[in-house]
Amino acid sequence: MGDDEMKTIYQALVDIVDSEHVSNRPEELYIYSFDLGTAEPHPPNYVVAPRTTQQIQEIVRLANREKVPVVPLGGGLSLAGLAIPLKGGILIDLKRMDSILEVNEKSRYAVLECGVSQAQLTSYLSRHHPDLTHSEPGAPPTATIAGNVLIHGQGDLAQPYGFNSDQVNGLEIVLPTGEVCRFGSCALGVSWFTNHPLPDIGLFFGWCGTTGIVTKLSIRLYPARKIRGFGQFVVDDENLVPEIIGKITRTQMAEDIIAYSRAIPPFGMGLQHFTVNIGADSEKELEFKQELIWDDTLGEYITSGVGGYLGFTRGLERPQISKTSDYKKGGGFEYVGSIMPIEKYPECYRRGREISERHHIPYTVTGRCVGVGHSMMFAWTYAFNRADPRSIQHSRDALHETDDLVMELGGVIWKPGTYGQRIVRDRLDPNTRALMRRIKDALDPAGIMNPGNWEGL
Amino acid sequence: MMLIDTYTFRDTIHRCFRCGYCKFPATWTDVNNCPPYARFRMESYSCGGRLWLTRAWLSEKLDWSEHIAEILYSCTMCRNCEIKCPLSFNINIVNMVVAARGEMIERGKVPPAVKRFLENIHVHGNPYGNARSKRGAWAEGTAIEQYKDQEYLFYVGCTGSYDTRASISSRTLGLLFGEAGISFGVLGNDENCDGNEVDKLGEAGLFEMLAEDNIERFNSLGIEKIVTLSPHAYNAMRDLYPRYGGKYMVLHYTQMLLKLIEEGKLDVSKGFDAQVTFHDPCFLGRWNGEYEAPRRLLRKVPHLRLTEMEKNRDSALCCGGGAGNFEIDLLGGSDSSPARRRVREAAETGAGVLAVACPKCLIMLEDAVKAEELEGTIAVKNISEIVAAACGLL
Repeated sequence: MGDDEMKTIYQALVDIVDSEHVSNRPEELYIYSFDLGTAEPHPPNYVVAPRTTQQIQEIVRLANREKVPVVPLGGGLSLAGLAIPLKGGILIDLKRMDSILEVNEKSRYAVLECGVSQAQLTSYLSRHHPDLTHSEPGAPPTATIAGNVLIHGQGDLAQPYGFNSDQVNGLEIVLPTGEVCRFGSCALGVSWFTNHPLPDIGLFFGWCGTTGIVTKLSIRLYPARKIRGFGQFVVDDENLVPEIIGKITRTQMAEDIIAYSRAIPPFGMGLQHFTVNIGADSEKELEFKQELIWDDTLGEYITSGVGGYLGFTRGLERPQISKTSDYKKGGGFEYVGSIMPIEKYPECYRRGREISERHHIPYTVTGRCVGVGHSMMFAWTYAFNRADPRSIQHSRDALHETDDLVMELGGVIWKPGTYGQRIVRDRLDPNTRALMRRIKDALDPAGIMNPGNWEGL
Repeated sequence: MMLIDTYTFRDTIHRCFRCGYCKFPATWTDVNNCPPYARFRMESYSCGGRLWLTRAWLSEKLDWSEHIAEILYSCTMCRNCEIKCPLSFNINIVNMVVAARGEMIERGKVPPAVKRFLENIHVHGNPYGNARSKRGAWAEGTAIEQYKDQEYLFYVGCTGSYDTRASISSRTLGLLFGEAGISFGVLGNDENCDGNEVDKLGEAGLFEMLAEDNIERFNSLGIEKIVTLSPHAYNAMRDLYPRYGGKYMVLHYTQMLLKLIEEGKLDVSKGFDAQVTFHDPCFLGRWNGEYEAPRRLLRKVPHLRLTEMEKNRDSALCCGGGAGNFEIDLLGGSDSSPARRRVREAAETGAGVLAVACPKCLIMLEDAVKAEELEGTIAVKNISEIVAAACGLL
C-alpha cells in the first residue's frame, strides 16, 4: 500500500470515528501487534476503537472498498493469537462498546454490547439484580462476554448449563460485507429472549472473527444462589478422576467441577485435586448438598484411604485471580485447551506432564466438566519468561506438541491458534471442509475478515 | 548497551501480563479507573500498555517519540493499578513509570508541557511561571502571620498560593486555624514548591534540590510540625523528605480540623445543610492510606448528609490532575476526561456538593462541573470551606 493510500484510509477512519480513537502511530501499532501468549507479533496498519454498530459497518465497508484486512479484538485474552493482525490491516478494538443494554429478570437474560467485560457484568448484576448471575469463565476480568461466547468458552456454571455459546439468545452482527443482521427472537423485532426455534445459522461461533463482527448479544442468566462456595477433594490416582466426576455429576448438585494437578507447590505434585462449586439458598440446602456430595458420594474414597476431603470455603472469588503468568516471574503463560471426553483425563494428565517435563516447565493441567459429564475442557498450561526467548520457544514447542496430542487422543482443540487450525483443518471431513469454504466465500467474498485464520479450507 | 540494561526495573518490567486488573475499581464496575485508559480507551494508554511500551523503548524495539512520552506522562500516579494488580511486583508499578520518565529526562526527551512545568518550578518555584514575589499574595488582608516560631507551619503549596479558586481554600483554612486559636504561620514569599510532582515526573535531581532547600529552610526556622493544604505536599513531606533528613510531624489539614473539632476548639454547630459526596484525593488515600479523617470530619458537621460515590476510598477515580497533569493537561479536552467522568459519578449520587480535600482536585473538578454544565446541580467545595460555613465563618 502506498503512502497516499494509507493516508486516505487513515483519514476515512478518522471521519468515521474520530481522531482520538484512530491511530497509525508506532506505539499503538506495537501494542496491538501482540497477543499475550507466545504467538509472534504482527502489527496492524491502523487501530480504531469505534463506539457504535454503524461505525463498524462503515469501517467494514471501507475495508471492502480498499481490500484491507479487518481484525476484531475483544478483551484480547484468548492467548492463542486469534486477534493478531497476521496480514496487517485495520484492528478494531471493540471495548468501547461496553453498554449493558437490558436485563430482563423474569425471562432471565441480558442484552449486552460486544465490549462488556466479564467483571463488568458480574458487578452490575450483583448491584442491580442480585438474584441473577451468569456463567463467568476463569479468565481475567477484562475478558469480554462476546469474545468468550464466540470461542465456545465455558464458565463457572458449565456443569449444569454447558458451554457459554449454548447460552446465547441472540446476536447482532456486522457481516463482512457491512450489512447488520440479527439472529434469534430479536430478528423478529421482539425481545431477545430466545435463540429458538428459528432455523439454525451457526455461522459465527468458533470462526475466530472470520465471518463477521458481533456487536450485541443476549445471554441467559441464572439464579444466583444466596450461598456459594467450593469444596475441595483430592486423590492420588488420576485413573479415579473420570468416575469421580461421573459420580458428582450424577448428584446434579454442583455448579462447577474442576479437576487439576500441578507441579507447584511440590507437595501437591502428582495429586489430583477437585474443586466443586455448590450453591444454595439456605443453610439446610447447603448442608444437604454437602452431605450428598462429600459423604454419600465421595465418602467411599475417604474411608478407603484413597481420597481426602480438604474442606469447604464460603464465597466465590469472582473474577478469579490468576497468578499463572507469574509462576516463573516471567509474565507469560499460554495453554492448549481442548474439548475432550472425560474418560481421557488420566491420559491427558500423564502425557501433558511428560511434555512439560521435556521442556523443563512445571506442569499444570486442568479439566473442567462441561454439562452432566458430557465432556470436559482439558487444558495444559505452559508458563514462560517473557524476557527469555528460549523460554518462550520451549513453551511454543510444548504448545504445538500438545495440539498434536489433542488430536491423537481424540479430542477437539479449543480456540486453536493457526498451528492448531491447520491440523484440525487437515483432519476435517472433506465435505464439511468444503461447506465451510463455501460459507466463508459467501459471507466474505473479499476475504478481508481476520485473514490467516481458518485459511486453506 | 541498551537502556534496559541499566534500567532500575530491568528484572521486573516484563512480568506484566497485561491481564487488565489495573483498569478496574474494587467494585469491578467498569474499566475506567485508570485515568489515561479512561480518557483514550486505547491499550497503549493502559497501565500494561505503558509498561510494555516502556520495555520496548528501553530495548530499542521502538524509537522515542513525543507520543510515547505523552503516553508515559499521561499517567497521574493515582496508584489504582498497584491496588488492583494481583501480582507481587505491583508495589513498583508506578516506580517503573517514574524510572522510565527519569530515563527520558536524562536524555532531554520530554513533552514540551512537561519541560515547561519543570522549568517553571526550577526558575520560579511554581509550575505556573508566576513570580516568587507574589507567592504570599493570597494572604494579603488576612490576619495570617509569617512563620516565626509558631507551633505549626501551614504549608500552602503552589496551587493554594497562586490559583485564584484554590487560594480561597487557603484563606478559609487560615481563618479556621485562627478561630481555633492554634499557633501557626506561613512562609509567604519564602515558600518553595514541595516537589511532589517533580519527583513523580522523574526529575530526581530537581526534586532533591527542592527537598533540600525546603528542609534547610524548615530546620533553620526550627519547624517541627507542618499542616499542608495539599495531599501532594503531605506526601512529599511525610514520605519523601525523611530520605533527605527532613523529619517532621506532618498533618493533612483534614486531620488537623478533625483534631480541632474533637478537642472542642472549633464549633461546627451551625451545620451545613446539604447532601455531600466526598472525592478521595489519591495522595491522601491510595498513597497514604488516609480515607477516614475527611469522612469523620464531614460526619461531625450537623445537617450534612454524607453519600458515598460507588467508587470510593481505594477505588476512587482520580480527578486526572496528579503528576503535574493539573497543568500539563494530557488528559483534558473530552467528556472522557477523568475529571468529567468523576463529576458525573458525583452527580449520580444526588449530592448537591462534591467535597474535596485537595486544591488540585478542587480546580480539576470545578472546571469539569462547568464543562458538564452541572453548575446548577452540584458545587465543588474544599472541606475547609464546608467546615468554615459550619463554624459561621463564611
